[in-house]
Amino acid sequence: MSDNQLTKHFQDQIDQEVKIEPKDWMPEGYRQMLIRQISQHAHSEVIGMLPEGNWISRAPSLRRKVALLAKVQDEAGHGLYLYSAAETLGIDRDELIAQLHQGKAKYSSIFNYPSLTWADMGAIGWLVDGAAIMNQVMLTRTSYGPYARAMVRICKEESFHQRQGYEILLTLVRGSEDQKAMAQDSLNRWWWPALMMFGPNDEDSVHTQQSMAWKIKRKTNDELRQQFIDATVPQADYLGLKVPDPDLKWNDERGHYDFGPIDWDEFWQVVKGYGPCNRQRMRDHIAAHEEGAWVREAALAYAEKRAARLETAVA
Amino acid sequence: MTHQQALFEYALRLGDNALILGQRLSEWCGHGPVLEQDIALTNIALDQVGQARSWLTYAGEIEGKGRSEDDLAYHREQREFRNVLLVEQPNQDWAYTMIRQFLFDAFNFYLHEQLTGSRDQTIAAIAAKSLKEITYHLRYSSEWVIRLGDGTDLSHRKMQTALDDLWIYSGELTQVTPLDAFMAEEELGADLDRLRPRYEEKVREVLEEATLSAPNLPYHQQGGKEGRHSEHLGHILAVMQSVQRAYPGQKW
Amino acid sequence: MKKNWPLWEIFIRSKNGLSHKHVGSLHASDAQMAIENARDVYTRRSEGVSIWVVESKHITASSPDQTGSLFDPADDKVYRHPTFYHLPDEVKHI
Repeated sequence: MSDNQLTKHFQDQIDQEVKIEPKDWMPEGYRQMLIRQISQHAHSEVIGMLPEGNWISRAPSLRRKVALLAKVQDEAGHGLYLYSAAETLGIDRDELIAQLHQGKAKYSSIFNYPSLTWADMGAIGWLVDGAAIMNQVMLTRTSYGPYARAMVRICKEESFHQRQGYEILLTLVRGSEDQKAMAQDSLNRWWWPALMMFGPNDEDSVHTQQSMAWKIKRKTNDELRQQFIDATVPQADYLGLKVPDPDLKWNDERGHYDFGPIDWDEFWQVVKGYGPCNRQRMRDHIAAHEEGAWVREAALAYAEKRAARLETAVA
Repeated sequence: MTHQQALFEYALRLGDNALILGQRLSEWCGHGPVLEQDIALTNIALDQVGQARSWLTYAGEIEGKGRSEDDLAYHREQREFRNVLLVEQPNQDWAYTMIRQFLFDAFNFYLHEQLTGSRDQTIAAIAAKSLKEITYHLRYSSEWVIRLGDGTDLSHRKMQTALDDLWIYSGELTQVTPLDAFMAEEELGADLDRLRPRYEEKVREVLEEATLSAPNLPYHQQGGKEGRHSEHLGHILAVMQSVQRAYPGQKW
Repeated sequence: MKKNWPLWEIFIRSKNGLSHKHVGSLHASDAQMAIENARDVYTRRSEGVSIWVVESKHITASSPDQTGSLFDPADDKVYRHPTFYHLPDEVKHI
């Protein structure tokens, strides 16, 4: 088949909701977009371990400690599933990690904000995981098979993450004045960055249109953001916490909440590397990777030695 | 020492060993040498903290003053902790972490094997549940000790250094305190004199395969079992207990 | 050249009576570690009772180019399906 025919066949498959699998022909642009998006998603999971990992040692009860440990561990697992999905596109994890360390690949900017109090473990679970879930549920229907399958697994596991976050906040707002204040402060700090997680407005999003045509994404940034706000505001009301947006108001006509303008200058500042923790997060990740190099090498050396010994023993 | 006091102290020690080691291991979460091992080590941390919860809850029940697992974990001073010195030693790197884990697992395995036969039914039950987890831990840490001991020159050196540094804390594992003697006598706890040769044999066997050599030390450090700790425990607790201490009496 | 741990494909039997099913992949330095990593990565929520690991490079896959020639010819072999054969309703248990 000619390239044109292949492209047409490919788009027909997509339009008919037939999943694309690793060995199928695909346009180079599709492959590149997937690698970019899946690896960005994987990096987000892995860098996302750091702000929460910051509180494992200080979790204020043993029940909270095991829940948080299990949650952060899940994120490692999700990173792993996603790296595996990306690897089916012919790039290996080490290369993806190198791109991250060289600043060529991005991760979700939200993880460049610091986790300052225990309440942040609540807000991250509730808002950050909540926002991520909106995106991830959509991606269970994405057109690339391995990505969709990874997302199904991730969504299944994620279901407890948001609940554990919300439960932390629920406990705080039912506690002392100090605890309530801690919860409110945390919502104040995380609300806007959580809204920014969905990315720029649709008209400013360079990839949205192509991504939708290829059915990698199935909803636009603004649709997902609205969906998130509509779901989350009543949850904030239940907690008795005030969402830090004076313009936030239910709009009967639209059937949605109206909300105030997002500070896109702040968004781009953090994306471009000037957020509160960008350098710290990257330094920590690079350090772990480099300090692990001798371990990875030694394990491989041992495996090779052992295989050689077995061969000699057989011969 | 009354029967009740002894049981309480013994459950605390088992709980504190698991808790402090779990706390140490959880420091690795997000910083492991490779994603797969980050996940693996966190599983062990989760097992340890889980075991700590069982033992501390039981300790609170024996004591009968209404103290919960969290009261015991978060509101005791370091002198009241009963864990062995080995588990509070810092992670340093993967070599120290694996040597520490292996020495502890080897001991902990035979300990729990004996505890499944305790005349105290709760001890026997918690031990039986934990033993499955510890069996896996021991396999995991043994394999890593062998893999890195017999890996590259660099990994061998790192492992030997870790072993040289941590060996001095290994004697305390099987040291018989008056509490151990009492618990063995009453068939409630483990008979460490009976345990020691099996533990030593396992360690010898794995170190040999790992091409590592255990130092021959005239003395060992001890005191953790009686609440005399190294400098590290104070720091662990300062971090672990910080939120509870800053806001006393609150629910979390 | 820097070498990485090889990639392994993981198959898990969720309970006895079912076949092993592909669940994903991971990196490990040898087969034993691959099994243990699979246990830690893919059975954290009691998803399995048995694990197979196969190094990815040992899997030979059919080519999508041949999908037509490999699989389409089966489509018109309707006589392989029970509904192809017409029996009276009175005949039971067949």
